[in-house]
Amino acid sequence: MTRKRRRLYIVALGMLSLAVAAALVLTAFEDNLVFFYSPTDLKEKELPEGRLVRIGGLVEEESIQRGADNRVSFVVTDLSNSVPVTYQGILPDLFREGQGVVAQGSLGPDGVFVAREVLARHDENYMPPEVAEALRKSGEWRPAEESAAQ
Amino acid sequence: MNRTATSSQQSGSLHRFANPARFLRLAQAVFPWSAGAMALCIAAGLYLGLFVAPPDYQQGESVRIMYVHVPAAWMALFVYANMALASASLLIWRHPLAGLIAKASAPVGTAFTFLALFTGSLWGKPMWGTWWVWDARLTSVLILFFIYLGHMALINAFENPERGQKAAAVLTLVGVVNLPIIKFSVDWWNTLHQPASVTRIGTPAIHSSMLWPLLLMALGFTFYYVTVLILRLRAEMLASRLRAMNRLAAEEG
Amino acid sequence: MEGGISEFFAMGGYAAFVWPSYAVSGLVLAGLFFVSWRELTRRQALLDRLQAAAPHRRRKPKDPERT
Repeated sequence: MTRKRRRLYIVALGMLSLAVAAALVLTAFEDNLVFFYSPTDLKEKELPEGRLVRIGGLVEEESIQRGADNRVSFVVTDLSNSVPVTYQGILPDLFREGQGVVAQGSLGPDGVFVAREVLARHDENYMPPEVAEALRKSGEWRPAEESAAQ
Repeated sequence: MNRTATSSQQSGSLHRFANPARFLRLAQAVFPWSAGAMALCIAAGLYLGLFVAPPDYQQGESVRIMYVHVPAAWMALFVYANMALASASLLIWRHPLAGLIAKASAPVGTAFTFLALFTGSLWGKPMWGTWWVWDARLTSVLILFFIYLGHMALINAFENPERGQKAAAVLTLVGVVNLPIIKFSVDWWNTLHQPASVTRIGTPAIHSSMLWPLLLMALGFTFYYVTVLILRLRAEMLASRLRAMNRLAAEEG
Repeated sequence: MEGGISEFFAMGGYAAFVWPSYAVSGLVLAGLFFVSWRELTRRQALLDRLQAAAPHRRRKPKDPERT
């Protein structure tokens, strides 16, 4: 075997080993790599109360209720399950019903999620307002629902 | 060293360009065209992106950040892929130019990665509500940034340029596993960063009026990489010659 | 594009995010270009000076592969 070929095999084998190692590490840490739990995850996992977690999903239609002092309550849904959330503070521009959302906080004893931080999540679609309006009118597509329900 | 000279003369077509003198002539011929194309594409991309393209239906005018953020991110990955190829070429085939190509590319890749992170942060604050999150996409791109820095540090840590290039080449190849992680992070795990709009199977999820400036900027950035790479490669080769002259002068002096 | 110049610069309220993105991108990329250009011209000038100063000697043809 020429020296060149041997070097090629060494590099190839090294890369393969690295890929396998990375895949193993990532699979092992799967749970930690998850950025948020969906409402369904939350129900299934039964996390201890008071633990800081992130939940994500869509803001359920007609669930936003605003109070005094920047207080707000709404419901996060993944179209199978939902979790009520309360939050006090400034909300991102994109926050609204039907929009993706990620909230960080903890689940209270009453099943209400007390959020310390609320982030908006948007989908990968980009289009002018007129095109979105036309799609909405024709009933063909509901924005934010597809990828937010991941 | 003589072994390398003859083997590159005897081997296939690509190896012709391993001859530095021939490569230099090619690079110098390409340079004005690449620079011109860079200026044209970026100018056209900026014009379309800032003046012609519409605001986004949900992100409004902030979407215009996309025309620098996404091309920078694409380039961060593209430049690294080239460095990885050069690194493999250096370690396996001992191409004399390969180490220099990797070394010359690193600052460009680092700049693009920094810009992707910086503009991404400025885009995330108004849209997501935060400057930064440790989700899989952002974290893996930050890791890429540190690998770029590590590459440059390694090369400069060695007195012997060849040793430094070889060490950096190993680091670059080890870091290659990060590339698919970055690309597929938004699919494999749930992240705050949304999935791909362009580089995906199926039609792009982006309207043509926005896709054009995006592609033009990406093309412009690619020509930028080629242009700056040529500048840096020529500088590296001059540095080699100057080092050789110094050595000769020291031996004779 | 509707409205005037000020509306353009306001970027729908996102000016503080959009313009620094473009400005920093321009600065970084232009900066890297000029630094790379300057490095090249400086080394070329140095080489020219050295070659002009030292008389050209006859020596073995330089191996182009030698770094």
